[in-house]
This record gives sequence, structure tokens and C-alpha cells, in this order.
Amino acid sequence: MQIAHFTERPVRYLAEEPVLENRAFFGVSNKYYDREKAAHDYNFYLDEACFCEEVGFDAVAINEHHGNPFCSGSVVNIEAAILARITSEVKIVIIGNMLPGVKHPLRTAEELATIDTISRGRLVTGWVRGAGSEQFFNNANPAYNREMFNEAHSFIMDCWTKDGPWRYEGKHFHYRHVNPWVKPYQEMPQQWIPGVLSAETVMWCAEKQYPYLGLGTALGPTCDLWDMYADKSAELGYQAGPENFGYLLPIFCADTDEKAQEIGKGFIFGGGQNAFSRPEHTLPPGYNSKSAIRMLGQQPGGSWLGVSKDKLMAGADDSWDASAYDGLRAKLIAGYEKVQDNMQIVVGSPETCAQKIKDILSVIRPGVFTCFAVQGSVSDKDRLRSVELLGKEVLPVVRKHADEIGLFGPFDRTPGSVKLAPGSKRAPVVDREALAKLNLG
Amino acid sequence: MATWKEETQSLAGSDLVMIRGGSGKPLLVIHDELGYTGWMSWNEELAKDRELFIPLQPGFGKSPRQDWMWRHRDLANYYLNVIRELGLEKPDVIAFSAGAYTAAEMAAANPELLGSITLVGPMGIKPDKGEIFDIFACTIKTCLRQTVFNKEAKEYSEIYGGEMSAEQFEWFEDARAESARLGWEPYMFNPSLPDLLRSAKNTKLPTLLIRGAEDAVVPEDCIRKYQDALPQAESVSIEGAGHRPEIEDSAAFLAAVKKFLA
Repeated sequence: MQIAHFTERPVRYLAEEPVLENRAFFGVSNKYYDREKAAHDYNFYLDEACFCEEVGFDAVAINEHHGNPFCSGSVVNIEAAILARITSEVKIVIIGNMLPGVKHPLRTAEELATIDTISRGRLVTGWVRGAGSEQFFNNANPAYNREMFNEAHSFIMDCWTKDGPWRYEGKHFHYRHVNPWVKPYQEMPQQWIPGVLSAETVMWCAEKQYPYLGLGTALGPTCDLWDMYADKSAELGYQAGPENFGYLLPIFCADTDEKAQEIGKGFIFGGGQNAFSRPEHTLPPGYNSKSAIRMLGQQPGGSWLGVSKDKLMAGADDSWDASAYDGLRAKLIAGYEKVQDNMQIVVGSPETCAQKIKDILSVIRPGVFTCFAVQGSVSDKDRLRSVELLGKEVLPVVRKHADEIGLFGPFDRTPGSVKLAPGSKRAPVVDREALAKLNLG
Repeated sequence: MATWKEETQSLAGSDLVMIRGGSGKPLLVIHDELGYTGWMSWNEELAKDRELFIPLQPGFGKSPRQDWMWRHRDLANYYLNVIRELGLEKPDVIAFSAGAYTAAEMAAANPELLGSITLVGPMGIKPDKGEIFDIFACTIKTCLRQTVFNKEAKEYSEIYGGEMSAEQFEWFEDARAESARLGWEPYMFNPSLPDLLRSAKNTKLPTLLIRGAEDAVVPEDCIRKYQDALPQAESVSIEGAGHRPEIEDSAAFLAAVKKFLA
């Protein structure tokens, strides 16, 4: 198993009221930006990544978002390039480069190859379509999002494997002279694809034999998605296994359960992940496939980063009632308890965290496990203590459990390498009996 | 009551679903970016002495999407070919919002093929003052509220009142997606259009510009810019109406249109 540490690098000096008033992180005015505090944070998060390496994580994972204090990383490849130089052993996992938003796959190919070269082959590169709100920030046409994603990915693969110079005239991208004089240090970096219950993305990963990383999705639907991946894999002649799956889970660890519970409330700061962006920014026109829209129309009900038809239909009654603040906080606290009951957030002492993580791993059997660090205004000291406790006390227990139940990571066993004879029955990839024992409903 | 029918024809290289109703000189109606909202009283009134042709825009749920259409200019040229293949003799065109943008592109590409254009709340030209409202960055309900000023209008509630069915939701999303394909960037305008309209200016293509005085989607300056590009244009402002004057004040709207088409 490979165990990674991930952080959104939250803007920690921001008060909660502007987020609540805006009803989302995306769109909060950058008038609240503080140069000095930001300089501290950007440097701290790099130091935190080094500390992760020191205490035993296999990888540090980062991402980027735009126009959004939920995540201060806006140019992920710059931070990854620094990590390439200041760390020495950990994999540097980018989840991921937003291909349709960047709109320049040749440049992306060069940047990533540079990171892989400086780190001497420690890059794991992920690709994302970008959340709905990113399409607005980058003025990326959401109706062409999937097309641009596929084309940019295919082009980058060619950049890394074909000798130049060559010419490319595609639908969305055009280059007269492709001949990048930097190539990845590895023959081909591993590619891990994060997602939030998108069936299309899962199928694409299965076709490419790329590990799919579920981003904190509820365990039941995650099992369904894993099965979908494995069915497709079987069709394609290989047995999917733990090496094909990763899972990212919000985790905060402190010396006691009580302290962890208090500080872990950072996960619901401003509404947490569910307040990433408002419905109108979450689902821009044409961003979802026709089949996804059809499902949305027929089945109201939101998901982690999704949006329900009801929410999309809701009008913007923009009036903000300051007196609603306490009520809103109470709702968030109730939600905090609920997501812990659902095991979508794990908060506690090392013993508590280790047991819950083991239970989760037993159900979904991923080969990559990623600890998503706490959000909100948590101090340097408390963040680092969580990293230390996880690295020194929780990870050894988790690794032992992973070994006992055979959770191979993608660096232990190459995804797609276990062949399956056509027509033969595939092995299970999840443990639904273990899921049933958790009584998650 | 005029009869109307929905039919599918193979036109200009693809299937096109079209609403046809009434009889008389042809009147091509180009709906807006939210899609065809049904046969309304203003359709009925105009169909008394006109044959209405209302193509349902490719990609809006009924007519199949055409992958080669990237811009309103492409859609405009498609519609010009539809006119040719239907054998319509200099049809008058009445078009709404982003549909008016398409109609302006048609006029720029081939003004000789058209009898006249009536552009209602036209997008297509970037205003110097104000901004074209971003219909893609709001919920469906907010978009509709922004569109209509006179919310007491009978047909507003007839069109948008009640629950939205799953099918309607899907059509709405289809319309938004196709509108984004054509108009996401630059947002609902073509920087070349004012210059391209020189052809319609030189041929003195009869033009009527209509805008609800309270239009919160298309700024007044868009009308001024169209007027600059097409000096022959007549302009009508309808008081108390927003971006949908045809349903918000049908009487004033019809009076202006009928006078112009007479």
C-alpha cells in the first residue's frame, strides 16, 4: 500500500462569515487576501510536506483550485516543482492538472516532465476535468470540457512518447512544432485519477488501467463504482485489484479524542466541502454528460461535490440574515457528526483513527490511501501534531492491516498486470460483508 | 385558431425539427438561448396572415446537435441553407436574444436572402456600457427571474409556472449546453459582427430593433451599437417590459412588429 498525505492548503486567516454570507467558498472576494499571512501559509505547507516525508508517509499529494480560499494552491505545478527539490524520497502526487482549464497541454507536458526530472522520477501525475467553478474562473467552455480533457491527455502522452519534432492539428489544440526538450525521468509516470462518483471517469480509468481515487465518497456508492471499474477491467481482460483503487479520506488526529473532535471541526469551516461552490457554479452548462443530466433530472439528491436538480432550480434569494449565523453553525455541527457516523470523516486519537481506517480499508480495499488534512484555521502546531501522530502511530498499524488483507499499491503491483482469461469470472474488489457490518445504511 | 404542427425535415445536411403554423408570407422565427417555449398568443396573432417557420435549434434536445457548429455564425449559415432548401422567398426573420445574434449573423452573411430582420433584445455585439447578463453563471430560476420584468404577465406563469418535469429539465440543460458551445467565449458576441453587418447596411436590409425598457439581460447600449452598424434600423423600446417583451406586453410587441412588417 502507498499512503499519502494531502492538503488543500486552506487559507487559514480567513474569517468564516464571508464564506457563510457567500454561501460558498468560490466567489469570496480576494479583498480578504493577506500578503504576510499568505506568505507564511505557502511556506508552511511546503515545510509540512517535508515533515510528512520525515514521519513516514510514502507520498505527498497536492492539487489546485481557483478563485477559492478553500484551497490556496492555484498553480500546483509550481509547488510540486519546489517539492521535487526539497524532498528526497516521497512520491509527489498531483491530483491533478486541470487539462481543460489550463488549455495548454504542451506547456503542461513540459512542466510535469521538469518536475519528474528534478525529483529523479518521483512524480505521480493526475488529471482532472476541474470542478464546475473552475470553468468559470478559467473561462473554459464547460460544454467542451470532456472533449478538451481527452484531447489534452492524449496529446501529452504523445509528447512523452513520440520523438519530435512533429506537428499537431487537433480539434481544440494546435501546435505546429512539438519537440519538448524535457521528457519525464521515468519512462512513463504513474497516473492516478481523482473523482467524485463520475461513472464516465471510472470507465475511462479502467480502459487506461489508471488507478481511480475516490475523493471521500460514501462507502456504499464507492463500492458500486469499484465494481463498475472491475467489470470493465474484466471485459478488457484484466483483474482489477487494490492497485487500481485509491481513497482519500478527511482525517484529523490529536492526542485525545476530545481534542481531535474540537479541532477537527475545521473540516466544516464555512460549510466544508459541501460549500465548495454554489449550485450555479457547480454545474455549468454542458459540463455533465447527457446521461448524468438525465439521472440528475430524475433523481433529486445531492452528493459530495454534486448538485441536485432541486438546488439547481433554486433561485438566488441573496438576502443574508446575520442572525441566521448561529442556526447555520448548529446545522454544520450536526452535519459534522453525521459524516463521522458515515465514516466520511475520521477524527480522533491515534487508536480511534487507526481502527476506523482499518474498517474502511477492509471494505473498499484500496492500494492507495490518502489522508486529507484538516481545513479551517488550525494552527501550525496542531496540524503538525496530527501529521506526526498519523505517521508514527497510525500508519504502522494501517500498513500492517493492509499487508494482512493484501492491499497492493500501484507501486507494488502494476495496475492491469493481472490478466484475466476472456469470459472468466472476476474476483471481488470490495468486501460488502465488511460494509454491512459497519451498519451505514 | 391557426393550426400548427411539429415536423422533422432533412435540411441542410441534417434532420431539423420545425414548428410550422399559419399561412401567408413566410416568417422565420428564431427562438432564444433557453429554447422554444411553445406556441404563444403572439405566434397565434402573427400566424393569422403569415406562415411561421420556427426551427428548433440543433442541439436543443429535439433537433440533433451538429458537431461542426462552433459559433453563431455557423448556425446562421446553416439557417441560410435551410431557407434556400425550403425555397423560401425573402422571408422576414424575427429573432430573440441569442437567436437575434444568429439572425444578425445571417444578415451579415447574406442580406439579399432575407426580407427583413426584427431583432428582439439582441445579443451579438459587445456593449460599451454595461454587460450582457451571464446566463450561464446562475441557476435556472434566477435566469428566468432576470429575464422577465413583468412577472405578472399571464404567459410567464403559463410557460414557467408549476413543477419542471425531468424531460423539461433535460431540454433546458441541452439548451444551456448548446448555447455555451456557441457563445461561451467571447461571451455572446462576435467582435467582427459590427463590421460584417456592412453588407446589410449597404443593401439597406429593413431592420427593427426591439428592447424592453427594463431588460436586465441585454443592455441598452447593445441597441445603440446595432443602430450604429445598421443606420436604417428602426428602434422600439417597450415600457414596463424586460427581456421577453413578446410575453410581457404582447400588445405593444405585436403593434411594433405588425407596423414594421406591414
